[in-house]
Amino acid sequence: MIEVSELRKRFGPVLALDGMSFTVEPGQVTGLVGPNGAGKSTTMRVILGLDAPDAGTALIGGQPYRSLRRPLTHVGALLDAAALQPSRSARNHLLWLAHSQGLTAKRVDEVVGLSGLETAVRRKAGGYSLGMRQRLGIAAALLGDPPVLMLDEPFNGMDPEGIIWMREFLRSLAAEGRAVMVSSHLMGELQDTADHVIVVGRGRVIADASVTELIARVSGGQVLVRTTMLDRAMRVLNGAGAQVAATGPNTLAVTGARPDQVTTLLSRNAVHFSEVSAHRATLEDAYMDLTRDAVEFRAGLSEHVR
Amino acid sequence: MIITPYQSRFREGSYRFTDLLHAEWTKFRTVRGWIIGVVVGALVVAAFAFVTGQQGSCNVSACTGPLGPGGEQVSDSFYFVHQPLTGNGSITARVTSLTGQVPTLTQGPGMRPGLVPWAKAGIIIKASTTPGSAYAAMMVTGSHGVRMQDDFTQDVAGLPGAVSATTPRWLRLTRSGDTVTGYDSADGTHWTRVDTVTLAGLPSTAQVGLFATSPGFLQTSLGEASASGGPSTATGVFDKIDLTWSGGSWAGTDVGGGGGGPTPGFTQTASTFSITGSGDIAPSVSSSGGVTIAETLVGTFAGLIVLVVVGAMFMTAEYRRRLIATTLIAAPRRGHVLAAKAVVTGVVSFVAGLVGAGLAVLLGQRVLRDDGVYLFPADALTQVRVIVGTAAVLALSAVIALAIGVILRRGVGAVAAAVVVIVLPYLLTVTAPILPIGLNDWLLRVTPTSAFAVQQTLIQYPQVDNTYSASYGYYPLSPWAGLAVLCAWTALALGLAAYLLRRRDA
Repeated sequence: MIEVSELRKRFGPVLALDGMSFTVEPGQVTGLVGPNGAGKSTTMRVILGLDAPDAGTALIGGQPYRSLRRPLTHVGALLDAAALQPSRSARNHLLWLAHSQGLTAKRVDEVVGLSGLETAVRRKAGGYSLGMRQRLGIAAALLGDPPVLMLDEPFNGMDPEGIIWMREFLRSLAAEGRAVMVSSHLMGELQDTADHVIVVGRGRVIADASVTELIARVSGGQVLVRTTMLDRAMRVLNGAGAQVAATGPNTLAVTGARPDQVTTLLSRNAVHFSEVSAHRATLEDAYMDLTRDAVEFRAGLSEHVR
Repeated sequence: MIITPYQSRFREGSYRFTDLLHAEWTKFRTVRGWIIGVVVGALVVAAFAFVTGQQGSCNVSACTGPLGPGGEQVSDSFYFVHQPLTGNGSITARVTSLTGQVPTLTQGPGMRPGLVPWAKAGIIIKASTTPGSAYAAMMVTGSHGVRMQDDFTQDVAGLPGAVSATTPRWLRLTRSGDTVTGYDSADGTHWTRVDTVTLAGLPSTAQVGLFATSPGFLQTSLGEASASGGPSTATGVFDKIDLTWSGGSWAGTDVGGGGGGPTPGFTQTASTFSITGSGDIAPSVSSSGGVTIAETLVGTFAGLIVLVVVGAMFMTAEYRRRLIATTLIAAPRRGHVLAAKAVVTGVVSFVAGLVGAGLAVLLGQRVLRDDGVYLFPADALTQVRVIVGTAAVLALSAVIALAIGVILRRGVGAVAAAVVVIVLPYLLTVTAPILPIGLNDWLLRVTPTSAFAVQQTLIQYPQVDNTYSASYGYYPLSPWAGLAVLCAWTALALGLAAYLLRRRDA
């Protein structure tokens, strides 16, 4: 379990973390989503003891990372898949990591199997594609068989087949009772992977909810009505206690009533309509909605700087 | 839903520093370029021993000079006016003048009046006229007053001041068995004992008499960049000679073939002797035409540069490749990470240094001898000290480079800084000494280059004038003190590196 509490961190003029607080629970995949520069990587680096926060705490199973004795048996992390010595083979990369935790080459061979790198593992890491490096990073994160996994943008550079493999793999790790935290700047990548999403922007948490909850919150139970009898439809629906807003010359957005209720109301009152549909928001919509402020803020800032 | 948190299968293991050592060693050995670098470093150290550029004539003619009673290389050439003394006895003489000739040098060949500081004239009791035999002597010198010296390496001061007709010096030596006691006096009445020495194995019949000699003239200018010199002579005038036995006739011998000065010999007028000699009765120093085993290690600084590059890269490659984050995630105790890296770098470089220096010293001696170069003798223990010390210099230098790598986090910068700190002082003080001697000595006391003192095999004698400088194999600090200076630098660099590594974000 990861507990992040009121993290603050400033890099010169940039406030990278501004009171970041959240908890990552075991047994599920938690997505950490936000635009570039929202503080995702910095949060992970603080959790892993690489960067010292100006204020706040980050705990792994109740302990600060720097006090962990064999840390890779507590947390497996993939921060930067490209961070490899190019002339060292992938296997030797895993081997030194294993040795640092008192683990043997046998464990290296196990994680190589888990990550599907068997055929390439003796090659120099410098020749690896980004997708292969991501797999190598996953193998490294799994070395210590940790209960917590933290992966920064693991889908980057993966081909569609790799993305499907990664999703399956992350879900299976969570199913074993591990806490899996995955960051991404693309909410769509997490749609079929994450159970829980933490949306961050400008160094703080904007939303922290399960995926279903988040979608419901954005779509707000909206129903779309297309009719030529706009005034009459609005009166009828208003009269039944729903909120109605005209969104076009012959379209209405209705909240406070389910699609079947709207259909019944309109039919009973002889309002002709050509369409009644529930508006289905995607995770992407939710994300765009939530992070709009943060993105606009950044665009404005860079404009200003220029 | 109740979720059972996952438990790692490897949770039970405890932290061990040796795991970090193992990891860093695995890191090191799995980058071929670094292993090649270490091997090249060792080979470079060894290779220079084969290309010293030294050429001599000792394979044509014998070069081995005389050895003193202590087994050390000595100079033993002087003009000796002597007669035998059997059993105990005493000789007394008055010296009224000490003059000499030195080379004109800048004015072309020829001699001009002058006296070198360690020109000598006095009385001596010597086992035989064979060079290198045991002796004890009382003498006046060019500018070091009266001295009592014995068996080449021992030197005790007597009356100060120069000798002249108005300030003559009275000298006396008394033999009793194996011991000889020296006295001096300004007036022949009031005598002062200077020293009593034991000459092991002094035969019952010894040669006793008067002598004069004068070591080579040496002139240095602009630091030590230009040194010139040549043979000199000294002439001592003696009278009031008093023997406690019924003396026989005096014989003159140019012991050791002289020091190259013109017209050695003596003249006797009534009871006054005038003796002219050239050479020295003293331990050999570097200027006396040989090289030391340090000459086989001229490749040390080249190998050092290679190992410094490897040491710096072992650290800075982690920054360049951003691997440092992975390293510190695996081992959050940053001081331990630095320690493990330093141990691996140090041990690897030390082994490379042992192999390189070992090959250089053992094979290089043979190469020098084959090329006819005279090598000063160095016993096995000294050779071991030179080899191990050189390996330690290489290891500590590589560790300093590693530490600078942490501090600067840039490969090129770290290599440049390490070279400036370690190699530049070496070039300035040893390879191409162009600095004033005072500054040179200071650099060799405080910079990491001080540690090259571990390669010194010669002893610096105050009673022998010589260019006692690093380029001739003499360092101002003792071997282990020099190495201690480098250790201090290493500790300082590692301390700063540990502080910054802990304090900075990775």
